[in-house]
Amino acid sequence: MSITVEDVSKIANLARIDVPEAEKPHLAGQLSGMLKFVEQLNEVNTEGVQPMTTAAQMKLPRRADAVTDGGYAGDLLANAPEATGNFFVVPKVIE
Amino acid sequence: MSNLISGNTGKWEIVIGLEVHAQVSSKAKLFSGASATFGGDPNSQVSFVDAGFPGMLPVINQYCVEQAVKTGFGLNAQINLASVFDRKNYFYADLPNGYQISQYKQPIVGEGFLLIDLPDGTTKRVGIERLHLEQDAGKSMHDQHPSKSYIDLNRAGVALMEIVSRPDLRSAEEATLYVKKLRSILRYIGSCDGNMEEGSLRCDANVSVRKPGRELGTRCEIKNVNSVRFLYAAIEYEARRQIEIIEDGGKIHQETRLFDSVKGETRSMRSKEDAHDYRYFPDPDLLPLELDAAWVKSLGESLPELPDAKKARFISEYGLTPYDADVLVMEQERAAFYETVAKGRDGKLAANWVITELLGRLNKDGKDLADSPVSAENLGGLIARISDKTISNTLAKTVFGHMWDEGKTADAVIEEKGMKQVTDTGAIEKLVEEAIAANPAVIAEFKAGKERALGFIVGQVMKKSAGKANPGMVNEILVKKLKSA
Repeated sequence: MSITVEDVSKIANLARIDVPEAEKPHLAGQLSGMLKFVEQLNEVNTEGVQPMTTAAQMKLPRRADAVTDGGYAGDLLANAPEATGNFFVVPKVIE
Repeated sequence: MSNLISGNTGKWEIVIGLEVHAQVSSKAKLFSGASATFGGDPNSQVSFVDAGFPGMLPVINQYCVEQAVKTGFGLNAQINLASVFDRKNYFYADLPNGYQISQYKQPIVGEGFLLIDLPDGTTKRVGIERLHLEQDAGKSMHDQHPSKSYIDLNRAGVALMEIVSRPDLRSAEEATLYVKKLRSILRYIGSCDGNMEEGSLRCDANVSVRKPGRELGTRCEIKNVNSVRFLYAAIEYEARRQIEIIEDGGKIHQETRLFDSVKGETRSMRSKEDAHDYRYFPDPDLLPLELDAAWVKSLGESLPELPDAKKARFISEYGLTPYDADVLVMEQERAAFYETVAKGRDGKLAANWVITELLGRLNKDGKDLADSPVSAENLGGLIARISDKTISNTLAKTVFGHMWDEGKTADAVIEEKGMKQVTDTGAIEKLVEEAIAANPAVIAEFKAGKERALGFIVGQVMKKSAGKANPGMVNEILVKKLKSA
């Protein structure tokens, strides 16, 4: 599978990254190379093998249903570019 | 079927599938220890995990897992002993991580079904495709500032169960019955409080139309309908909109639409459908969710009696009509109240009194069952006095009025007001004789063949006894006296 310039534009848009037009062919080549490298895995027969989502030999840790956190709006907002009345303030976004 | 709606080119069928987001009734969020309670000060119930701070790791709330499993049992569904959390990627200001933790290919609960009772007395089985656990997003406020949006993350990370139905629903009415039934089951189990006003239960509807028997049409998704009434209105509007477009030679474009409850219409929300590329992948911060089979089994056994089973039992045990049973089992508290009233008494009479008199009065006074001035025990006492003929059903309504106002038992009211029904034959005979003597003209009418004149005399006797004479006995004695005279 190879990545086209259109694919690069779409991925960049989804990731909200501004990629200059001139750089796209170069990036398409690089991304294609990465995919090709990973495609070597297709040589292994995985018939009947469950997809593996982790290699960690442990169980998912659980927490009890108790309120143990929160109550520090000031800390959360300390690095926000803009805040008012303990709200984050962002440029207007309406879909 | 009468569900078809007419267009200019003939009948159309509506096809609906619902996605319900039910907030888990947990104290803390799905992956953090911040409070999940409704209505806190802005950003006061947010942890660094919820706000997407670097290096923060999610740890799952065991209670939320338990509620999802129990709800799965309530939906007669398959419980998956292994499920996986995925990242659903999209950009929005109220989603600090840039992704929502959800479940995609391997949800915690698989296929099941739910039964709805249709108005024609039949039962319909609605397929459930899946139930998965996911995080809620934060809340954006767009009306506080001309060029800015305000963000409150209190809701971000709260546990939701997304329950997806099959496209088995065929009318706006069926859709509302489905939501009501689902809400009832969630409340019985206790996994969600079902409060639509506070947003604990939200609904998206996938609506399409087709000519009966044809393949499915293109669907539109209507977002965030926050009441059962709006759901009905949104589906009706959307179906008519689609039929009009197709009949005018147009095509339906798959899109997300928003219901405007003020205008009663749906409108397009997102124009670029290619923006819907969520690039799901397993969340590397979370291991697969593995459940212990014995634990799952014990949860299934811990479930309370659910609405369908309770309804069947009320019908067979108390001789109720399906309709009355439906009304009583809708809420667990109501069903329990009824059973206290009916225990060892006339079940049908008890149902009439709970539904018509008690619920009617509560509704009129804007009160909840929990605040009823007449307790279940006291209402049961009243039913007993009707059944043993101490008072007539008519007089019982007066007694009920006093019980409501004064909070007393039926026996206390009957004693105090001297309302005990007269069943003494001698006393009734005397009253009947007096009434006959006082109304010779009416008696003449009766003897001339006017049977109805009898009712007047019975009425006179009842009046004289201040409603306390047993009407059946009055009638009997009166007929006997007139026939022998």
